[in-house]
Amino acid sequence: MPDGNKYWLDRPENVARLYRGLWALGAALVLTDLVVHRHEDFGFAGWFGFHGVYGFVGIVVLVLAAKALRRAVMRAEDYYER
Amino acid sequence: MSADFPVALILIAGGLLLPLLPGRLRAAALLLLPVAAFAWLIALPHGEHARIEWLGQTLVLVRVDRLSLLFGYAFLIAAFLNAIFSLHVKDAAQHSAGLVYAGSALGAVFAGDLLTLFIYWELTAVSSVLLIWATRTERAYRAGMRYVIVQLASGMLLIAGTLLHLMQGGSLHFGQFRLDGAGSWLIFAGFGIKCSFPLLHNWLQDAYPEATATGMVVLSAFTTKLGIYALARGFAGAEILVWIGTVMTLFPIFYAVIENDLRRVLAYSVTNQLGFMVVGIGIGTELAVNGAVAHAFADILFKALLLMSMGAVLLRAGTVKGSELGGLYKSMPWTAGFCIVGAASISAFPLFSAFVTKSMIMAAVAVEGHAFIWLLLLFASAGVLEHAGIKIPYFAFFAHDSGIRCQEAPPNMLAAMALASLLCVGIGVFPAALYAVLPYPVDYVPYTAAHVLTQTQLLVFAVLGVFYLMRSGIYPPELNSVNLDFDWIYRRLGRDLAWTSAATVSRWLAGTGRAAESAAGGVITALRRHHGPDGALARTPPTGSMALWVMVLLLAYLLFYYL
Repeated sequence: MPDGNKYWLDRPENVARLYRGLWALGAALVLTDLVVHRHEDFGFAGWFGFHGVYGFVGIVVLVLAAKALRRAVMRAEDYYER
Repeated sequence: MSADFPVALILIAGGLLLPLLPGRLRAAALLLLPVAAFAWLIALPHGEHARIEWLGQTLVLVRVDRLSLLFGYAFLIAAFLNAIFSLHVKDAAQHSAGLVYAGSALGAVFAGDLLTLFIYWELTAVSSVLLIWATRTERAYRAGMRYVIVQLASGMLLIAGTLLHLMQGGSLHFGQFRLDGAGSWLIFAGFGIKCSFPLLHNWLQDAYPEATATGMVVLSAFTTKLGIYALARGFAGAEILVWIGTVMTLFPIFYAVIENDLRRVLAYSVTNQLGFMVVGIGIGTELAVNGAVAHAFADILFKALLLMSMGAVLLRAGTVKGSELGGLYKSMPWTAGFCIVGAASISAFPLFSAFVTKSMIMAAVAVEGHAFIWLLLLFASAGVLEHAGIKIPYFAFFAHDSGIRCQEAPPNMLAAMALASLLCVGIGVFPAALYAVLPYPVDYVPYTAAHVLTQTQLLVFAVLGVFYLMRSGIYPPELNSVNLDFDWIYRRLGRDLAWTSAATVSRWLAGTGRAAESAAGGVITALRRHHGPDGALARTPPTGSMALWVMVLLLAYLLFYYL
């Protein structure tokens, strides 16, 4: 590679740092839930950390389901040209 | 000025004359025509203009109210952005088609009656397909042909529905319909095709990604948003739309995870975003309809921005396949930055546009007490973040370095992306400006501590979910592939059935005596006379001639009906 490791993101330890920082941000946001008073239209949405848990679990379920879908619908790139 | 002058003609006539102009003048006209039309819109008084009495019916060529004006503004801003973005393109036909297309969408939005709507509706179909064919490959030609047949079919449903509606004692006036007769159902289906309702959606993912680098940006702005406008005008409050819209937000997010072509990922994203708007229209309250059309406005801008960034990548790197890209932020840092602004806008991060528009729809769903729908839409919102918020910028600009080193996008493309970014952030930071032009008075406050907190929590943890899956190797890799969707029915099954039945019929014919054989021979001779190499019907491709003849027959029917 001509430009070597001069980019900050090229170093895996920096990516790991970013990833840990994001978890810290997530934790801080969940803790903020303790101080912010929320009026939710639905009772369950008012549970502590509801949106965080729903977002994380939702994404994992989505990606796993899409992986399963791939087994049913994926074909070779020239499928329609054959 | 005369308010009777149809504003659409500024773009349509300008577009038709554009190829006659020399280079620099053409570029100037391309930029100035949307500006001129915008100025015209601002000066237009509310009300019905250019009324024509025709065969006992009233045609209204220009109806100006808050709903039509909002879409008019959005379309003209999009046309202006498109003009800047495609300024480097030498192909005059693309510029011309783009302007005529924008003009006809504008005309449709201001049409006060169903016949005027139909004419502009068909014009958008015919002009937009040129942006797909402009790729000039066999693949794009075929995709364009499938696209235009579906679009013309949508127009056929609209005009057939209109005629039935008239026969059932209705008028040509384009207002609110009730879903109580065959006429209004046909019109509903015609609108549904443009809105890419489930099972009617696949023309979009099939054809848009085959358009040119600049063409797909143009396409994304008009056709589907015209569908949304028509639905908001004609079917606000139709309960069935809540369910249709929810399905639209859901199924594309699964396909988007596994799709390799990043522009096709965005095509799935179009259907997903339209789903939120359709739900809002179905709820039908002032808050919900405001949310739906505000989100349409925001979507035109952030979807254009995302597609512009992918168009720039296609131009410079020569591909938009996730499996072949990566690390482009080193070559195209500005494009990467603008793409991230688009990604944040569509994902509805605070300070970005969808945060202040999509949330109105969510709030309206909650106010009406639809807990299940609300949960599904929240799940779909996390899905938006996955495919449009992370996947698009990540696989194009970051991920594994593909080794591709190319130039940054041309200055005109960067300027268009910068302006679109500014508008996306502008709406997010100053929502009052957009709220002021919505159809109903706005009594909604997007920036509350609770809303900012819950939305950020949802998004940050969804990001964490994606990165967790990527780092643990569970996330599915980008693979060179196609995914079967509903288009398989007509691209594969339909074709195979046609071949099989043709073979069966010919075997059967061979088995029945000379009489049948000579009769069949007669048919074949007749077919050959019309469809053979020198036949009259063979001058355009057979599929094209079919659509053309259906249109001619229906127009003739329309004429005779009145006579």
